[in-house]
Amino acid sequence: MNFWLVLTVNSVTFGGLLFLLSAGFSLIFGLMRIPNLTHGSLFMLGAYVGATFVVGLLGFKLNFWLAAILATLAVAALGALAERLLLRRLPGDQLAQVLVTLGLSFMAADFCLMMWGGDPLNVATPDGLGGFVRFGTIAFPMYRLAIIVIAALVAIALWLLLDRTRLGAMIRAGVDDPDMARVVGIRVSQLFTIVFALGAGLAAFAGIIGGPILSVYPGLDQDMLPLALVVVILGGSGSLLGSFVGSIIVGFIYNFGQALLPELAYFVLFMPMLLVLLLRPQGLFGRHVP
Amino acid sequence: MNSTMSLRVFAIIIAVAALATLPLWMGGIYYINVASQILLYAVFALGLNVLVGYAGLTSLGHAGLFGVAAYATGYMLQLGYGHTESILVALLVGVASMAVYAVLSLRSTGIGFIMITLALGEILWGLAYRWISLTGGDNGINVPKRPAPFGYSLSNATNFYFTTLIVFLLVVVVMAIFVRSPFGAALRGTRDQPRRMNALGYHVWAIRFYACLFSGLLTAVSGILFVYYTQFISPQTLALTSSAEVLLMVIAGGPGTLLGPIVGAGLVVIVKTVVSGFIERWNFLLGAIFVAIVILMPDGLVPGTTRLWRLATRKRAPVAAKTEGAP
Repeated sequence: MNFWLVLTVNSVTFGGLLFLLSAGFSLIFGLMRIPNLTHGSLFMLGAYVGATFVVGLLGFKLNFWLAAILATLAVAALGALAERLLLRRLPGDQLAQVLVTLGLSFMAADFCLMMWGGDPLNVATPDGLGGFVRFGTIAFPMYRLAIIVIAALVAIALWLLLDRTRLGAMIRAGVDDPDMARVVGIRVSQLFTIVFALGAGLAAFAGIIGGPILSVYPGLDQDMLPLALVVVILGGSGSLLGSFVGSIIVGFIYNFGQALLPELAYFVLFMPMLLVLLLRPQGLFGRHVP
Repeated sequence: MNSTMSLRVFAIIIAVAALATLPLWMGGIYYINVASQILLYAVFALGLNVLVGYAGLTSLGHAGLFGVAAYATGYMLQLGYGHTESILVALLVGVASMAVYAVLSLRSTGIGFIMITLALGEILWGLAYRWISLTGGDNGINVPKRPAPFGYSLSNATNFYFTTLIVFLLVVVVMAIFVRSPFGAALRGTRDQPRRMNALGYHVWAIRFYACLFSGLLTAVSGILFVYYTQFISPQTLALTSSAEVLLMVIAGGPGTLLGPIVGAGLVVIVKTVVSGFIERWNFLLGAIFVAIVILMPDGLVPGTTRLWRLATRKRAPVAAKTEGAP
């Protein structure tokens, strides 16, 4: 009984992290029509930069949350820069854009290895969240519950942004019909930069928040990118609800798969994605076929 | 025979002669091994180029097929079968896996094709990594002995190089025939104008499917060469990075050309093995080369340099005509 409950909480926590990671991936995919293969690298960069701030830079230690915000902004700026300087040069050529993101992910992985070495970095749980919450006989780590709350808050904020603001309406218009959006005077290419920066920032934020439970190590990017891909294909690109539902599903499949069928864990993880690609290519809540 | 034709024949003869005598003038086993690696990766890149260059279908899961053929060889040898049986089974498994890939991924083209092949590659990687009872997990499978066909032992670096060279040259000849064949023309047709090809009565799906099988066969051949070269296979070989690397070879050299993937394989293997001896950050360098080529020379090094060369030689002609015409 306890085993199942703990597994469930872990699944929801992981799903929350995946949502932070994949919401941006989904928006970029929906708007720019490309799977951003640097997304795992942005997650890892965020995690490393955040961990560096927390551990202390030049004898100057930062509070966990301040570090998270700073690293998020830094990586968001980096994402905007990559879009402006590189992807912008290949307008409409999605294949070339995917290849550029692939090349960048090589560079980012090697850069992290150069800066932070090969040893995993352990990030301490932020102050005040190190304890446990007891429900009857079972104790849950408070930090895992906090991640669920944070993910839910970000989900609400993103929903408000997309559904209630002018910018959100412009992004939705760009996802649904970029040509028509241009015709009515929306500068879609400017949205590309904004959405890319937003997605990069969210991925970095997920990286830092995930640091205390996943730790930060070389290869983290290669572990996270396929998961984001699975989430977005399951849920459908360009849909916030899709990434939310997809994240929870993948969170469960991943944790239960690892626990119950360790030998076939990845098979179990990628099979649903393959089935969705074949049977419902636009995803559960997607707006268009990739 | 015109002059460019004879020039080309001359160049091919020089290149084959240089490759055939390489162990004589290339000092040291290390460099002979690097040459073997270039040739076996060139076979892999040529196989991927069938899809990327001629069919217009970019696959990011080919390392999975490469690895499946390598694992099949290793596994069969582990079970105690001979080299011939192992190689035949590996070829069969490689082509059969490609058939599954093709059936699943040919439902779409473009980004959809990339993502389905990527997913399939990840599934194969996940199986290799986690299905420990079959694959040995991270420990991989060792291949203790290289074969010795007709008493010609391949455990010696030079002999292995010559065998790889023969396979490579065979593959190049097959590719040259394929490119000039009606099938090659039809495949390029499905790449450029799938709807017109359909209207002309070609079965676009079937043409792409056969192209996939052909690509899978070459990939399996290179996978078998690889497992005999390293005498070891582990999940790392199937990772997304490996698929990206071979795609880089094709894209860098020039997709849709015969020479491009070979040049690309040379470039990547040299950066990986030789340059890595001097620069620690070769992965960064590979990524940077990748980005630079996609942005600055999108049709690859071989067509890019040919274009520059033609531009340079053509510019002189009108200038000469002008001075001649002037009184």
